Amino acid sequence: MTVMSAPMTFAVPSLCSPHAVSSGTPTDHAGAAACCLLEIDRVSLRFGGIKALNDVSFDIRSGEIRAIIGPNGAGKTSMLNCINGFYRPSSGHIVFEGVRRTHTRPSIAARGGIARTFQNVALFKGMTVLDNIMTGRALKIRSGILKQLIRFGPALSEEIEHRRKVEEIIEFLEIQAIRKTPVGKLPYGLQKRVELGRALAMEPRLLLLDEPMAGMNLEEKEDMSRFIVEVNRTYRTTITLIEHDIGVVMNLSDRIVVLDHGCKIADGTPAEIKSNQQVIEAYLGVGG
Amino acid sequence: MFYREAGHFKDNYRADMATFPIREDRIGIITLLLIALVAIPLVHLAGIPPFAGDYFFNAILIPFLILAMAAIGLNLLAGYCGQISLGAGAFMGVGAYAAYNIAIRIPEMPLVLTFLLAGAVSALAGLAFGFPSLRIKGLYLAVATLAAQFFLDWAFLRMAWITNYSPSGSVSAPPLVFAGWHADTPVERYLVVLVFTIVVAWGASNLVRGNLGRQWMAIRDMDIAAEIIGIRPIQSKLTAFAISSFVLGLAGALWAFANLRSWEPYAFSIDRSFQLLFIVIIGGLGSIIGCFLGAAFILLLPLIVDAVPRWLSIPVPAGAGSNITLVVFGALILLTLIFEPHGLARIWGIAKHKLRRWPFPY
Repeated sequence: MTVMSAPMTFAVPSLCSPHAVSSGTPTDHAGAAACCLLEIDRVSLRFGGIKALNDVSFDIRSGEIRAIIGPNGAGKTSMLNCINGFYRPSSGHIVFEGVRRTHTRPSIAARGGIARTFQNVALFKGMTVLDNIMTGRALKIRSGILKQLIRFGPALSEEIEHRRKVEEIIEFLEIQAIRKTPVGKLPYGLQKRVELGRALAMEPRLLLLDEPMAGMNLEEKEDMSRFIVEVNRTYRTTITLIEHDIGVVMNLSDRIVVLDHGCKIADGTPAEIKSNQQVIEAYLGVGG
Repeated sequence: MFYREAGHFKDNYRADMATFPIREDRIGIITLLLIALVAIPLVHLAGIPPFAGDYFFNAILIPFLILAMAAIGLNLLAGYCGQISLGAGAFMGVGAYAAYNIAIRIPEMPLVLTFLLAGAVSALAGLAFGFPSLRIKGLYLAVATLAAQFFLDWAFLRMAWITNYSPSGSVSAPPLVFAGWHADTPVERYLVVLVFTIVVAWGASNLVRGNLGRQWMAIRDMDIAAEIIGIRPIQSKLTAFAISSFVLGLAGALWAFANLRSWEPYAFSIDRSFQLLFIVIIGGLGSIIGCFLGAAFILLLPLIVDAVPRWLSIPVPAGAGSNITLVVFGALILLTLIFEPHGLARIWGIAKHKLRRWPFPY
C-alpha cells in the first residue's frame, strides 16, 4: 500500500456544473435498484446561505465498499450525517432498503441497521473496552428493568449470550488483552479499533466509517484496512467510508464517489476515478 | 498484599461477570454482612462499647445506612447517567410524606408495601421534574432541578393535606411494624434499615452492570455516540430519573420512619440535597461503594473533628467548637477533592492497586 499525500489544488469554480461528470456508473436506476441498499436521491443540505450538499445523488449496493472522497469541506461528513439521521436533507430524499425516509433520528437509523464511527473518536471514555462494545448491543438486549435488577436466570443468560458475541468481535479485532481497560487510557489507534468494534456489535447492514485511518501510522493503517476488508468479506457488511489516504481508498473500495464543494464531481471504480480529469484537478493533483 | 487477582482463572463468562469475581472479595463481603447483620446486634446485647447504648445506632449507624442508600439513588442519576440534580432532598421528602400519607390513610397496608409505594410516588415526581433534562444539560439542568427542590419545599409547607393538616407542619410517623413484629428499639430499626440498604445496593449494582447501566453511562460519556448505536436518550434519562427518585423516596421514607420518627418539612430542605451531592462527589461519582465511603466521611468526620480536641485535652472555648468543626470539615472536603477529584472510591481503588503490587511498585 502506498501512502500518498494529496496536494490540494483548488482550480474548480465554486459553482457546480448541473450535470456532474459521471464516469462509468450505470445510469439505469431500475437495474441497480434490485441490489441497491441505499439510494441518495438529489440530496441538498443548506445551513442558512451555505450549501453543504448540492443535489447529490449516488447509490450504495449491498455488499460493496463504497468510498466518499474529496477535499476538506466538500461535504463528505455532512453526507454521512444525512445518511444516519443527524441532519435532515433540505431537499431530496434517502431510500434505505427500498423504504423512502422522510423524517429520521440517529437512534431510528440505528434500529434500521446503520452503524457508524466518527472522525474524532466518540467512545464512552469512562467505560472499559468490553462495556463499550457491550453497549453496542443495547438494541439487542430484551430483558426488562426488573429482570436486570435481579440479574439472575434469564437476564444473566441473555447477558452471557451477548458477552459471547462481543468476545467474538474482540477476538476478531485482536484486542483481547485490553478488554478490561478503560478506553480513555488507550492509545489513539486502539481507540479507533474499539470504536469499530462497537459499531460491529450492532451487526449493522450498513457501516459508515468517517476517516477510520486518520492520524494512524502505516502499520495501524494496514491493520485497519485488513479489518475493514475482513468485515466486508466475513459478515457481508456493506461499508461506506470517508478517507483521505488515496492509496488506501483505491485499494479498498469497489466504487468511489468524489465530492467537491457539496457537489458530486465523479462516481466510479478506482481506475476510472484515478484517470478522471475533473477529480485530478479538484483533489488528486497532478502526478497522482 | 493479602491476596491478588493472579491465579484466578475464569473458564466461563458467568464467573467472570459475577458481582465479586475474586474469591477473597466474596469472603470479605460475606464477613462484612455477617458482622453487620449478626455480630453488631449480638455485641449490643452483650453490652460491649461502643455498641452497648442506643447512641451509636441512633446517631451513627442508622443515618449512615440511610444516607448511603439515598446517595446510591442520587449516584444512579448523577454519577452513572451524568444528570446533576440538586433536588435529591426533595425527592426524599416526597417519599417520606407519601409513606406517611399512605400509612395514616390506609393503616392496614403492610409497611413494606407502603415504602415501595412511597418510592413509586417519588419516582413519578422524579419523572415529572426529569423532563427538563431532555432539553438542557449540565449546570443548567442542576438549576432546573433546584426548581424541583423549591417547589416541593413549598408544597410540604403550604399544602396542608400533605401533613394531614398538622397545625405546626410537623408530623409523627406511625410505629414500624412488619407483619406483627414491632421494630421499636434502635437495634431493630437498624436491622430494618440495613436489610433495605443491602437490597438497594445489590439491585443498584446489578442495574449498573446491565444493559440499562451501560446505556446511562453511554449517555453520560458521549450522548451523540449513544444515540447512533440506537439508545433513546429520552427513555434512558427518564428511567434514570425515575429509578433514582424511587431509591431516594425509599430512603426518605426510612429516614422519616426509622430515623427521625417525627419531622418537619425542613428535614428535606436544600441542605439535605447538598449533603447528598457532597456524599456522592466525595465518595465517587459512578461508584456504589463510594456512596458508603462518602456517607461515612460526611457523617463521621464532624464527630471526629469534634472529638479530637477532647482526646488531646485541648481547651476549646464554648461556642467556638462547632465553628471550628465546620472550618476543619470544609477544609478536609477541599483537600480530598484537590488530591483526588474522583473521590474516595478512587482512593480505595488506588490503595488496593498499590497494595497488590507491594513491595515492587512497578
